[in-house]
Amino acid sequence: MPPPTSRREVPSCWKWFFALLLQVAPVGCDQMRSVERITVRGSDTEVNLVFQLAEAYMARDSNVSISIAGGGSGVGIAALLNGKVDVANSSRPLKDKEIALARMRGIRPVAHVFAADALVVIVHPQTGVDSLTLEQLGRIYSGELRDWSAVGGRPGPISLYGRQSNSGTYVYFRDKVVGRDFSPALKQMNGTAQIVESVLRDPYAIGYVGLGYVVKADGSVREGIRIVRLKKDKRHPAVSPLDEAALRSGLYPLVRPLYQFTKGHPSGKLREFLQFEGSPLGQQIIRRNGYLPPWPELLQADFSSVSSPVEGHHF
Amino acid sequence: MKKSRFYWNLFFEKSLAASALVAIASLVGIFLLLLANSWKALERIGVKAFLSGDIWNPSAFEEASYGMGALLAGTGLTSLGAMAIAAPLGIGTAFFLSEIAPAALRHVMKPLVELLAAIPSVVMGFVGIVLVGPFFARVFGLSNGLNALNGSVLLAFMALPTLISVAEDVIQAVPHTYKEASYALGANRWETLIRVTLPACYSGLISAIMLGVGRAVGETMTVLMATGNASAFPSGFFSSVRTLTATIAIEMGEVPTGTPHYYALFVCALVLFLLTLAVNVAAERIATQLRKRGQ
Repeated sequence: MPPPTSRREVPSCWKWFFALLLQVAPVGCDQMRSVERITVRGSDTEVNLVFQLAEAYMARDSNVSISIAGGGSGVGIAALLNGKVDVANSSRPLKDKEIALARMRGIRPVAHVFAADALVVIVHPQTGVDSLTLEQLGRIYSGELRDWSAVGGRPGPISLYGRQSNSGTYVYFRDKVVGRDFSPALKQMNGTAQIVESVLRDPYAIGYVGLGYVVKADGSVREGIRIVRLKKDKRHPAVSPLDEAALRSGLYPLVRPLYQFTKGHPSGKLREFLQFEGSPLGQQIIRRNGYLPPWPELLQADFSSVSSPVEGHHF
Repeated sequence: MKKSRFYWNLFFEKSLAASALVAIASLVGIFLLLLANSWKALERIGVKAFLSGDIWNPSAFEEASYGMGALLAGTGLTSLGAMAIAAPLGIGTAFFLSEIAPAALRHVMKPLVELLAAIPSVVMGFVGIVLVGPFFARVFGLSNGLNALNGSVLLAFMALPTLISVAEDVIQAVPHTYKEASYALGANRWETLIRVTLPACYSGLISAIMLGVGRAVGETMTVLMATGNASAFPSGFFSSVRTLTATIAIEMGEVPTGTPHYYALFVCALVLFLLTLAVNVAAERIATQLRKRGQ
């Protein structure tokens, strides 16, 4: 027989009910504040930048909550077309298949160019290579050139690093630089940061990354890797991506617009956020991350072989 | 008995039967889902495209290729390499824990070994990139450590707890009358271990190894991070490889639904499923054989 208790205990079924209630209660709090939620997904190249822009925007306006995820441009676009997110970050334009799919689903994707990215080729300093033509770079990545001595470096096998097929950067580099399929020996890394780490450790390595990943906050280059200067072809001079004038003038061959795709024209907080990206503060954040604010010729300068019949807007 | 007790009994029995049914139904359901979607791919692309050819490149710039050769080789190299490392290590540990270790040591070591299973696969992948890979690169004079060897070592450590657990059970199932008879005839501990206990549980140990293989074949995140994911057919343990699991993980997120590429990934998943199923069924068969023989 259990000993008699002097006070009345709460029946155990009520305890369970209140415990459950306590778990569920916090969920309602946000709704009461009428916070507008914006979900963003996509490009690994853009994720850090958009995250910082979103943080700055949310600091000004507490009625909006923006959540950002990476996964690659392909992942972001797929999510947009599946109706799962509001904005797809993409470092490449839409593929024909994606445009067809959008049409089938009755979605009209609108492209917004909010920044420009210089794609940078990095090598380990031990390779001894300082500059390459675009053609040489393509032949290296297609597997045609296999030894560093073929491009004027120290003899040794070329160790290729790149992204996986879900990456916009992968598609852009393949279409624009290689012009055919990548070498099957290309090591496909999980994200841009992994490429940088691999090039740091591998004395025969070459990799391609967005400029923002190799430039530190103060504008200096990360130690341990070398940025290759690129020539459009043999007649043009070798240009470093750190030279902004060269980037704008089109002498540096690997400049690409960074896109954000929305379903139709945006309105409300989303529209304000996109406008914020073009504001002076937004542009400052973009520069601080190693990217450039867009300029009018940028859309025409997009060399990708797949053109998408979507409207281009840049704020 | 009272009527209510009878009905409660019936209710519980039927509920438990229902849970078992749910598990089996899920298995069959998954298999049918994979089969149905793979069929669409096989229809459009043809079985030949999957079997001949080594390179997997469905979103190719030029012609799309669906050859699974390199992927199967990648999965094979990493899993079999993992077993080559884990089998001697695991069985040795199992023998030590069951036969040789004093009870106090066993009480400490067994939970620690099982703790190995608690390490998340991403952490193992991370260790592979940061520690194990560069170590092998230095030792063998390679330019980098993102290869099948790296993957094998990591998978070995992930499969080890499964292997040790099952092997221990098998070793302890050997009737101790065998050991007593051996000691009575004058054999020492080592001789008894090698010549009496080990032969008695051969098939059980093989079953344990196969379960370890099943674990290694299905591992995704570790190999995705640590093996380099090159699509070329591997030329050895020092080549960068791509496994079936990594291919599915990489490509599923960005493939638009309904495209041939999408259905082709289901073929990969089906192959993976059948592989793991075959390995586990074989392990179960061998273990049952052992039990029957023991009786």
